[in-house]
Amino acid sequence: MKKVLVLGATSAIAQATVRLLAARGASLYLVARHAERLEAVAQDARTRGAARVEAETLDLDDFAQHEPLVERATAALGGLDGALLAHGVLGDQERAQRSYGETEKVLRTNFLSAVSLLTPLANRFEAQRAGTLVVISSVAGDRGRQSNYVYGASKGALSVFLQGLRNRLAPAGVAVVTVKPGFVDTPMTAAVKKNALFASPEAVARGLLRAVDTHQDEVYLPDFWRPIMFLIRSIPERVFKRLKL
Amino acid sequence: MTMEPKSWGRYPRVSGQKAHPVTWTSEPLPVPPEGGSLLPHGLGRSYGDSCLNAGGSLLTTERLDHFLGFDPATGVLRCESGVTLDGILRLVTNQGWFLPATPGTKFVTVGGAIANDVHGKNHVRVGTFGRHLRRFELVRSDGSRRVCSPEENRDWFEATIGGLGLTGLITWAEIQLRRVSNPFMHQETVAFSNLEGFLKLASESNRDFEYTVAWVDSLARGRHLGRGLFHRANHAPPQFTARQPSPPRLSGLAVPFDFPGLALNRVSVTAFNALHYRMRNQGLMHYEPYFFPLDSVHHWNRIYGSQGFVQFQCVVPPNDAGVAALKGILDRSAHSGMPSFLTVLKTYGDVPSPGWMSFPKAGYSLALDFANRGERTYQLVDALDRLTREAGGRVYPAKDSRMSPESFAAYYPERERFAQYVDPAFSSSFWRRVRGAG
Repeated sequence: MKKVLVLGATSAIAQATVRLLAARGASLYLVARHAERLEAVAQDARTRGAARVEAETLDLDDFAQHEPLVERATAALGGLDGALLAHGVLGDQERAQRSYGETEKVLRTNFLSAVSLLTPLANRFEAQRAGTLVVISSVAGDRGRQSNYVYGASKGALSVFLQGLRNRLAPAGVAVVTVKPGFVDTPMTAAVKKNALFASPEAVARGLLRAVDTHQDEVYLPDFWRPIMFLIRSIPERVFKRLKL
Repeated sequence: MTMEPKSWGRYPRVSGQKAHPVTWTSEPLPVPPEGGSLLPHGLGRSYGDSCLNAGGSLLTTERLDHFLGFDPATGVLRCESGVTLDGILRLVTNQGWFLPATPGTKFVTVGGAIANDVHGKNHVRVGTFGRHLRRFELVRSDGSRRVCSPEENRDWFEATIGGLGLTGLITWAEIQLRRVSNPFMHQETVAFSNLEGFLKLASESNRDFEYTVAWVDSLARGRHLGRGLFHRANHAPPQFTARQPSPPRLSGLAVPFDFPGLALNRVSVTAFNALHYRMRNQGLMHYEPYFFPLDSVHHWNRIYGSQGFVQFQCVVPPNDAGVAALKGILDRSAHSGMPSFLTVLKTYGDVPSPGWMSFPKAGYSLALDFANRGERTYQLVDALDRLTREAGGRVYPAKDSRMSPESFAAYYPERERFAQYVDPAFSSSFWRRVRGAG
């Protein structure tokens, strides 16, 4: 990935990935909501050696902007061969249970906005017969659990969408990488008590780029989540529904 | 999130600290908890309680780590205050630049380096870290933001350098780096048989070597009192680039758990010292092991066991009283039965720091560390504190866990002027201790 569009560039995982891409001398088009934070991330990437950094302040819940955004990024970098979708919200499960409004907000940001962005990106990459789409999903999408099934559903839907997209784009030589982090120590999880399962955003970013470099389709980060999620998926539903997970 | 961050010496221990991560420079400061206060906290490499805030909040700056700009033509670097010296060196050494003043660990944030006005083995030539600061931003609990420099808000600039994080939160800083030709050091080691030998070597070496430091055998007594090894070095000249020694492979070495309390006894320290005294080397080496020999072993503080250790670092004036105090301190610790594991002797020059509360001043600096054996250790350190005070020296707050309010008042004559610049919402365990407020 040499010319990369990064969506949700101020998220902890995106920032860590941007630093690694910058050190490789990539050109970056960074998008996030907060202008000041985005500027810090952009300056950081420039200082660390990115060939070129453009930054655009945009709320990605504004779907009408998605197509023009992809156009602007492509024009600004003189082409595009990679995109990282790292924006998302954890949402509030309890509030979502009380009101559909919260549920819809989580689904819109985590699933629909990703689909809306991936549509023009996929078409462009398919036409140019090259490119890599990297999307941050979550282990929470592997099985619905009472403690956060709304977030889990948004990520589960995203993972399934990406499977289909990968299947469609494979003949064109376009890679679709589904990244499934477990718990990551970021501002998103600031309120959660940390334990040994938590990974740093830096470790996740390194794993993410390793997955891109080695042409993996779906990667669990850290990789101990693959067997854990295999086990969790293997529990029969009649047992699972009694568990407090 | 509650946390029990310890300082590097792991003594004293304090409780009831809450961590408040600061991620962006534009964030407003939190309101301190009822009856509590705020204190910026970087990597917790201060040894005593100057980086602790019992019952209060720590503004942790791990994520305040963006580079904001670097000009390879002028060597001016701008970065947020949570950026580490390690991060800076990795970015700039290959572009021909280096930190102007470097402490013995690279795991220090820029904010911490300013707050403690750190210094290196080249203090005689270049003074402290604060001397190479161009400007920084200071955020106060009243929401005000000031860009401070020698020209702008000069009083705030001078109060904050060496101000132990008490004047507000530093969000970003601009540093003038120094040129180097390559990442290598040319160094040599010379043995000296007593303190007089050190003094002679120090005055000779300061002419031809930028970096000087001595390791002292803390167990040597009598006519050998103060014997040790003198290390002197310069950045390697350009011609060395042709035959570069390979950079060190970073050891994944770490001390995995607390050593049992008896690991550091008189026998092991004697053996270590005897071995170290015989080590002589000369030549070219990468800057990493030269500047940061201990950093290659993660958590080396664990060798002192779970009780931690007490470091004592003082500076005494370059006169007879100062030299007598050095002898007194070395003699006292050699006879204490509690050997210092690592004893380091350095010369400080008279390059002034802008910081009112900056520790270094012209003279000789001696650092010792003692495994924490409770009351016996504290009494020893308290005695060393008195010897320092009588000689007109001072003790380094970043390394201190014992100095009395009386000593603090004697060491830092600018303290009352400084106190007017302390943010009303900020405090630390150290500050309350030396102000005699519990």
